[in-house]
Amino acid sequence: MNSLINAIIIGAGHNGLTCAAYLARAGQSVLVLEAAAEVGGLARNRIVANGEQLSSAAHLLHSLPQDIIKDLQLEKYGLHYAAQHLKTVSLNKNGATIVLNKQLAMGDQLSSADLLGYDRFYLDMQRFSKALLPVLGKVAPEIAIEDWRQKLDLLGLGWSIRKLGTFYMREFLRIIGMNLYDLMDEYIENTQLKAAIAMDALLGSEWGARSMGSVLTYLYRQAGELRNNTGLALPRGGMGTVSQAIAKSARQSGADIRCNSPVKHIIIENNKAVGVVLETGEEIYADTVISNADPKQTFLKLINPDHLGTNFVRQVNNLRAKGKAGKLHLVLSQKPSFTGLDDSLLGERLVIAPGMDDIELAFNPSKYKRYPDSPILEIILPSVRDDSLCQNGQQLLSAVVQYLPYDDSTNEDQNRTAMLRVVIETLEEYAPGISDLIITAELLTPRDIEREFGISGGHWHHVELVFESFLFNRPTPLLTRHATPIDNLLLCGASCHPGGNLMGIAGRNAAQQVLRGEK
Amino acid sequence: MTNVNNQRPLYERPILETAFYPSYKHLIQNDQYEEWGGYTTLASFASEGQEYFSVRNACGVYDICPMLKYRISGSDAERFLNRLMTRNIKKMLPDRVVYCVWCDDNGHLIEDGTLFKFSETEFRLCCAEHQIEWLLDSAIGYDVDIEDVSTDIAALAAQGPVSCSVLKKMGFSGVDNLKPFQLAVFSQLGFDVMISRTGFTGDLGYELWVNSSDAAALWEALFEAGKSRGIRMIGSTALDMLRIEAGLIMVDVEFMSCFHTVRHLREKNPFELGLHWLVDFNKGPFIGRQALLKAKQNKPQRQLVGLDIDWNKQADSALIYDSKDCSRQIGEITSALWSPVLKQNIALAFLDAPFYEGNKSMWAEVYLHRECLWERKVFECRVTPKPFYSPERKSLTPPEDL
Amino acid sequence: MKKQQYDAVIVGAGHNGLVAACYLQRAGLKVLVLEKNPHIGGATTSISRYENFTYSNCSYVYSLFRQEIARELELYKFGLQVIPYEGGAQIIKNADGSYDSMGTYWHGDANRREVERFNKRDATAMERLDRDIVRQCKFIKPLLMRTPPDPTSFKPRDLMELLYLGQRFYGIGKQRMHETLRFYTMSVADYLNEYLENDALKSYLAGGATVGTALGVYSPGTAYVLLHHAMGDIDGTVGAWGFPRGGMGSVSKALNDSFIASGGTVRVDAGVSDFIVEKGKVKGVKLESGESLSANLVVSGMDVRRTFNAIDPNELPKWVIERAKHFRFRGSSGKINIALDSLPSFKGIPANSPCMTGDIHISQSMDELELAYDDWKAGKWSQKPYLDILIPSLIDPTMVPEGKHWMSVFVQYCPYKLAEGEWNETRKQAFGQHIVDRIARYSPDFKDKILHMEIRTPKDIENETGMSEGNIFQGELTMDQLIFNRPIPGYAQYRSPIAGLYMCGSSNHPGGGVMGAPGANAAREVLLDLGKGK
Repeated sequence: MNSLINAIIIGAGHNGLTCAAYLARAGQSVLVLEAAAEVGGLARNRIVANGEQLSSAAHLLHSLPQDIIKDLQLEKYGLHYAAQHLKTVSLNKNGATIVLNKQLAMGDQLSSADLLGYDRFYLDMQRFSKALLPVLGKVAPEIAIEDWRQKLDLLGLGWSIRKLGTFYMREFLRIIGMNLYDLMDEYIENTQLKAAIAMDALLGSEWGARSMGSVLTYLYRQAGELRNNTGLALPRGGMGTVSQAIAKSARQSGADIRCNSPVKHIIIENNKAVGVVLETGEEIYADTVISNADPKQTFLKLINPDHLGTNFVRQVNNLRAKGKAGKLHLVLSQKPSFTGLDDSLLGERLVIAPGMDDIELAFNPSKYKRYPDSPILEIILPSVRDDSLCQNGQQLLSAVVQYLPYDDSTNEDQNRTAMLRVVIETLEEYAPGISDLIITAELLTPRDIEREFGISGGHWHHVELVFESFLFNRPTPLLTRHATPIDNLLLCGASCHPGGNLMGIAGRNAAQQVLRGEK
Repeated sequence: MTNVNNQRPLYERPILETAFYPSYKHLIQNDQYEEWGGYTTLASFASEGQEYFSVRNACGVYDICPMLKYRISGSDAERFLNRLMTRNIKKMLPDRVVYCVWCDDNGHLIEDGTLFKFSETEFRLCCAEHQIEWLLDSAIGYDVDIEDVSTDIAALAAQGPVSCSVLKKMGFSGVDNLKPFQLAVFSQLGFDVMISRTGFTGDLGYELWVNSSDAAALWEALFEAGKSRGIRMIGSTALDMLRIEAGLIMVDVEFMSCFHTVRHLREKNPFELGLHWLVDFNKGPFIGRQALLKAKQNKPQRQLVGLDIDWNKQADSALIYDSKDCSRQIGEITSALWSPVLKQNIALAFLDAPFYEGNKSMWAEVYLHRECLWERKVFECRVTPKPFYSPERKSLTPPEDL
Repeated sequence: MKKQQYDAVIVGAGHNGLVAACYLQRAGLKVLVLEKNPHIGGATTSISRYENFTYSNCSYVYSLFRQEIARELELYKFGLQVIPYEGGAQIIKNADGSYDSMGTYWHGDANRREVERFNKRDATAMERLDRDIVRQCKFIKPLLMRTPPDPTSFKPRDLMELLYLGQRFYGIGKQRMHETLRFYTMSVADYLNEYLENDALKSYLAGGATVGTALGVYSPGTAYVLLHHAMGDIDGTVGAWGFPRGGMGSVSKALNDSFIASGGTVRVDAGVSDFIVEKGKVKGVKLESGESLSANLVVSGMDVRRTFNAIDPNELPKWVIERAKHFRFRGSSGKINIALDSLPSFKGIPANSPCMTGDIHISQSMDELELAYDDWKAGKWSQKPYLDILIPSLIDPTMVPEGKHWMSVFVQYCPYKLAEGEWNETRKQAFGQHIVDRIARYSPDFKDKILHMEIRTPKDIENETGMSEGNIFQGELTMDQLIFNRPIPGYAQYRSPIAGLYMCGSSNHPGGGVMGAPGANAAREVLLDLGKGK
């Protein structure tokens, strides 16, 4: 087979699919090649036990922008919400829960100073995340470049920071390099409240709340949420339906999506990507090759090193991709009950993070490749909101578990089993009796996520969102604006600006770059 | 990487001696030691003038043990080296040596050296600065083993018009059939001696490579055979004179490795050093190719050229100007020599465009230290082709039997 | 209140206060320096605590002090002599239980060969590491003696300074801009991992990156502290460290003598309790004795928190008080000075090793260093702390009787607030004993040679020097507390909200270390406001 098509996209993650949809809509012939049996990547459904499906990695939607939903008519193709604007409920062993609903914090244990502090904190952070908005949706401008359009983008960012006014601009420049632990100390006293807030910054990240950059990741997530009007949302039918909707939209516009088609390597001629070779040996040629895989996979696995420089390989090798988020999936025989949690709140986003120091204690062992004694959890019971997921009154529980190390030891399986026990014991402390309800339980460690989804280090955002890998440096200066050192080879995954979380912006922007001829 | 934590602490070890040092120690008449890579070496043994002429007239021997030697082997060795070097390594025949340079991704020069090919899967790279980190990092994704064998192998350069005759007298029959840049292994001495027709003097010459344990025996045999032919140990001062006449560049003199440049834009690419002939864009991908392609589109802003200066005093460190009043600097001299064979005042110099093209006049500002007084002189100079000195015997095979 | 006798009053005779005093006095002002202690020097002192032994009680090595200040104030004329030290060793416990050490040598080839004993690749990688750190030094050095711009200001001077910074940044090229950005935001562990493999070598280099700051070697933002080991210079040798002859007190003594020679006055035992402020203008200072001195120009060498605490809060904007309150000090370092009967031996370091004259480190791995930080987070002194061990008497014969020695031990981490309760004498002794035991593991004869110990917890450092929470830098050096954020955004140009009140301590740009730059920069700003600037 030697058919010439416009673009091959490696990987049918949500960004790859979004990229395909936009290209197809522009009249390009697009072929998406997915190694797995199903599209979606981290945003695909997973069948546990008797056909119950739940989101396999990402389980909440909060940053998918309105314009992409509209452009791709995702609602027409099956994106529906089981719930929107989920509240955050921080659980407490003694029943003293704290509920966060946007600007409002509720909890008996909160002092008026805490409530006031939270209000001030919320408003300040909203203000600062808005300042980041001008560059969030666009291809990141390069620094030190003559192109006027990019210069305008940079000036736009500068202006939106300047617009904060003297006082808040100074504040912005001070806090942007801080860690959330110290920053929240300036506003709030209650440690459980602080911990509930910190979850937004820490989920999926390699670092703890005391690590510099946690303010940046917090603001970033807030800014992402500013771009849609659904808040924390639960897609009906699980995260997989979002990917399915994007895939349907893409197919409708003419894109060809082939699953079970792992790519072996990218064909490069005279420093130009011209096609791919599949594991089956089949060669497919195209004008452009776009990789939704992370940079380490793309350059260290799919490309013959003959075509790369040593500095570049070093830079890719050094990319920070140490995932520390695990995923817990439980099938329960009935609704569990959490101490002090009103049943009406069971369908909200539940958080187990008793305090800031507990987060640090969960984080500490991961630095030494050890498992935590009491992990930090973000829990969703999707079936409470979405009865399409389960029958017979059974319930699903999906939880993000921080901080699990990337375990490459020989005891991996034993460690996983032991950790699963620890997670369930932790749950039991908050929901006595929950362990008796468990029908099926599985824990995915970062290494499992790497194996199953082909993401280096099992890192959700492909590359840690840190200053060195931010905006014009994301993921590295040799890989900006979706371009690579190889002509006609682009990246469209979460390693590109604006980064991880289910946003689709990187995919759309990559398509725009192809259409503009910047490749 | 193997842990070599079995050696004595450093301070208990005096400065290292090369494998040949005990053999030639008795010949040292000058107190002109200099350190080279942690080894005691000699700037000159007795008389740098005599040492220089031994190479142009008879046979001079230079100890090159402190050079770094890397064994590169494995099924991907050739592919690995072809990506590393700007030259086409795939064209190389076995038992050959090539002079080559390698660059980083930005096309900035890292080092120059000689590459020995024994087979498709076995090479040796010889150079002056430590490369192990770059070699190992470049080997990611290749089936190749890289090993620093510097201390295992001892080497001497025997250079000069009678060098071939001396080697023949040692019993290395057939050595005269070696063409320039060819190598062969000889075992007439009872141990293996690899001889390559290579050198750093621009003259007829050979380099002899043995296991360090055979070093003393090799030295004895060489000096026994050469004693009636004016053989001499030479030091680095003489070698420097010889290499300047041959127009050969030296690391940290003509260029600094981009591994060591601290200042922005001090890096050099091969074109600026006049090494266009070492860059093969048609061989496929190699490290720095894209950057060098871009660099080649424009003429270099500066380039290394040979200079001939109208006077008889060596123009060390002189600055070059476009006029006699020295108002605008257009370059500087990196190496200078009053050439004893050419009776010519020569130098290697970096000149700005378009001066390096050679059709403009220029002046060198020279400072001379004469009886404790510094005097400033300005002399006209002109671009002249390199090498300054290139005798026919250098490439004659078999060489003249002397 | 007494009639004004002096043009300017400097509060605190630490090295920065004295530097500022010298510059103002030399510019023709009549300057008085007030010091709360019976001795001058602040944290730059040499005080005898035991017989004929002299310790550098707090700061203990010299490198960052700006050459231009030493030259302009003629410190060498006033007795300052700095002797560079070479050497240093990392003690390594081998897998079989035996000991070795990796020495540091000034000569590049020697150093490479020593590292080669442990890892050949690292020996070459060290060259690349050195190159990259020197590049960062070249970038940052000119900024130390400049006043940071206010990025929100449209004043020509601030815009020009921003432009200067921008041009310097753009001038290094896209790739190095990225390298610089990474350097300032990465953890020292990640940074070193990109070059080196050997854990002992990494921990030798990394330990210093957490000094004075409550961050661990795995915390982002610690890599750039590597600069502190390379940024200074002695006689033009970049990265050299030295001992001032007679201890660090010789620095403040030379400053003091230079100040007095130019006509200045120093009063000790004269602690300032309040700044007298009227209608937003400084009018003088009130001493702890109750005495008041009038002055229209006051320069505070105290840290930002103590400075603002000494002002009537009604005279200050509320947000400034908030910022000063939140400025992070968090003492995290201890110091132990030990008088020794004779030279102790160390496992793995042979008795005649030249490396003994440098810093001796015993931390075995990066994990061990990070675990030390985890202890601090939990409010405990580290079980296996990072120790910077030096024996200055090997080089300086003036500090101890013949044949004796003194050892300076810097300890990271030691918290200001202990989880178990307040610091008291018992806990302090237990802390000291713990450190002695740690050292004794690597030096079997060490304990028997101890004649006297001066133990200093962050609490002691605070009590003596006045530095809040005993932070050795007058405030942590983290991104949010550097350059135009130091100490308070909007007041990062050595001025305060009070007219006539200036700040010259290490709470200001460019921060701590015995550098003298904040003092010199503050004096420059004062003179600029007086119309005497250049």
